[in-house]
Amino acid sequence: MEVIGYMIHRSEMVQRLFLEHLWLIVVSVGIAILVGVFLGVLISYFKFLASPVLTICQVLMTVPSIAMLGLLLPFFGIGFQTGVIALILYSLLPIVRNTYSGIAEIDQAIIESARGMGMKDYRILFRVKLPLAFPVIMAGIRTATVMVVGIGAIAAYVGAGGLGELIFNGISRTNPPMIITGAIFVSIIAVAFDLLLGWAERAKTIKY
Amino acid sequence: MKKENIKLLAVTVAIFVTGLVMVYYVMENPTDSMVERMLSRENIWRAFREHLVIVGVSMAGALAVGIPGGILLSRPRFYYIGKVFENIVNIGQTVPSLAILALFYTILGLGFNTAVFAIWLYSILPILRNTFAGITSISDEVIESARGMGMTGRRILTRIELPLAAPIITAGIRTAIVINVGTATLATFIGAGGLGDLIVTGLSIRRNMIIITGAGLSALLAILLDFWIGQIKLRLVKW
Amino acid sequence: MIKIENLTKHFPGLDRPAVNKLSLEINEGEVCVLVGPSGCGKTTTMKMINRLHEPDEGEVYLNGKRASEMNQIDLRRGIGYVIQEIGLFPHMTIKENIATVPRELGWDRERINKRVRELLDLMGLDPEIYSDRRPAALSGGQRQRVGVARALAADPPVMLMDEPFAAVDPITRARLQNEFLRILDKMDKTIIFVTHDINEAIKMGDKIAVLREGELVQHSTPEELLDAPANEFVAQLVGRNRSIKRLHLIRVEDIIEEDADKYSVAAESGRKEIKDKLSESKVGALMVTDEQGCLLGRVDEQSLKKEGETAGELVDEIHDQVTADSTLNDSLSVMLESGEGYVPVVDEEKGFFRDIITLQDLLQEVRQG
Repeated sequence: MEVIGYMIHRSEMVQRLFLEHLWLIVVSVGIAILVGVFLGVLISYFKFLASPVLTICQVLMTVPSIAMLGLLLPFFGIGFQTGVIALILYSLLPIVRNTYSGIAEIDQAIIESARGMGMKDYRILFRVKLPLAFPVIMAGIRTATVMVVGIGAIAAYVGAGGLGELIFNGISRTNPPMIITGAIFVSIIAVAFDLLLGWAERAKTIKY
Repeated sequence: MKKENIKLLAVTVAIFVTGLVMVYYVMENPTDSMVERMLSRENIWRAFREHLVIVGVSMAGALAVGIPGGILLSRPRFYYIGKVFENIVNIGQTVPSLAILALFYTILGLGFNTAVFAIWLYSILPILRNTFAGITSISDEVIESARGMGMTGRRILTRIELPLAAPIITAGIRTAIVINVGTATLATFIGAGGLGDLIVTGLSIRRNMIIITGAGLSALLAILLDFWIGQIKLRLVKW
Repeated sequence: MIKIENLTKHFPGLDRPAVNKLSLEINEGEVCVLVGPSGCGKTTTMKMINRLHEPDEGEVYLNGKRASEMNQIDLRRGIGYVIQEIGLFPHMTIKENIATVPRELGWDRERINKRVRELLDLMGLDPEIYSDRRPAALSGGQRQRVGVARALAADPPVMLMDEPFAAVDPITRARLQNEFLRILDKMDKTIIFVTHDINEAIKMGDKIAVLREGELVQHSTPEELLDAPANEFVAQLVGRNRSIKRLHLIRVEDIIEEDADKYSVAAESGRKEIKDKLSESKVGALMVTDEQGCLLGRVDEQSLKKEGETAGELVDEIHDQVTADSTLNDSLSVMLESGEGYVPVVDEEKGFFRDIITLQDLLQEVRQG
């Protein structure tokens, strides 16, 4: 009850933080998709790079998020940019890995026949490889997004804004309704992205 | 010595040495007296010890519940309950770790026990789910031939089901441990200490050296544990 | 040996019983094939013998003892079991797979090792090479062999086989069937063999039990089944071309005349000898053999146009041959495959050339039937 009261009473602030949080996610994941798919495609052509790039991403992933934020802070300062950079780094692994494996798992016969029909390499990439790898890439984006929603909440601690502010301020002011509001909305965003992207993943999967 | 053992030893030693060198360096070269006080040997050791206890206790508890729980749910008579559970677990895993900690704080209050409890609960999920998924993904033919050859239920579990599910179960444990160590650094926010203490103190008094010490140690711990689990899997799964 | 009495099994949600009051007697050392369309209850019947399914009514007797009163685990350990997808354990080596039942029975290491070697030898798999491999490294045919070896491991008097050769290509299947029959000749096993393939049933079975909708339609020898189908259903199952089906029943060695000399030349024979013999050969070709009598290849008019003086120099490769214990139908498939009107027959154990068998020989057999 108290919580609902709080939400209504502070609806304007909650709404602002909610949108801030979404913006943080969209910007970071957006950039991570561009960089991650590019890297994934790159290492699918230069196979000797695959293992080192994937290992680096894997190690980055295991670094606890507050530690990562702490390590980046001296370089990028308090605020939005530190948060975005940390979030991009975390979303890279699932996207790079899935782009790479999505392309690697394509039946070689399909690539051969595309080549046999005289398609140029870049045409094969855009017309054959990427569309076929799409569901796998999408799964990577989904993993990345859901993970980044949670890390985005922690990024509030270094001044990146978003719903994490409610949680941290709520804890320091011992204000349970504030904490619960923050926690619930962050969870809603995470679950919603999970469902939405899961649906997109299935809808675009080609049925053989 | 075998090549894989050399790798195990080399990486382990490298991580330990990096950690020790870092700690030694910051203790010897503090930038000012505040840093010196925060980064005393006692302080660093206390934070590290608290961190290990949170991770150790919650992880041991998660293994003790997750694996037997997953086995139980995979029995034919619980299969449908298992499927329902799997969905609940999937949603539970989507909820961010900070939200979980915060929600349990509002119920159980500040402190070490709250943190361990919340992290324990959170770490059960991937272990439970993967144990269940690993066992139920084994093909019916394999189980049927084992039964047809007169293996008892217990023998089928220990000789066939668990070994075959081992790669998936260890993958779950690996996920759990990364999440676990990561969330343990957040325990400081609900007053449970750990390496997060150093990071948060460093952030609030704006001393990069303290942040880097806390962040570096927790990162190294996460990387080490992740590597170890990977190595265990490598030795367990030979086919 | 095995007596099935009034066996009935209902599965929840189905309006008719999967197996209905089935009675059947299987003598010691006999291969009894259960055949019928899918859903006829053949697999269910088989699984009630080792109690993977418990019957609702009726009883299975093994050597006069009620299966339902025996310890389930002991019962199963005494019955070899091979299923369609073989169910090899992917995490265990071939040796560990084969050793499963002996290990359950607590044999000592020495005895297990000896038995595994013996079985791999029997299956024509070199123990040095295959013992420590895992199933994923084997071909389909090799996996089937390991599956059979595993079932034979503790030397059970009874074996249950559920479409054991269904997952491989037709040529490999025919080879595996022949191998298995050969192995069976040396042991005294009672076998229940389930298949939906009537040709396989005719080939493998001493007795065939035709099942339909859970009931026994006919239980007889393959010959009787072909000569006197009990009703329209069995007649349809056997098919119209019953005389061709008979080809499954007759072995190559039963009809060849051992005319090895007439159709072969030694590798060191000269052109003259080849020409003389070639004019006598009714298939326009001769088999070339080495000093042990094993096949090296063939020569015909075309080969004589090549450079070289002896048969060994003129020889052309041949890919197709059948073993003497193959059925006539196997040789027909090989001929159709190769497009030739004949195929050389070799001894199944020693590998030497015994004769050739021609399309004419097969046609004659069909006409006689």
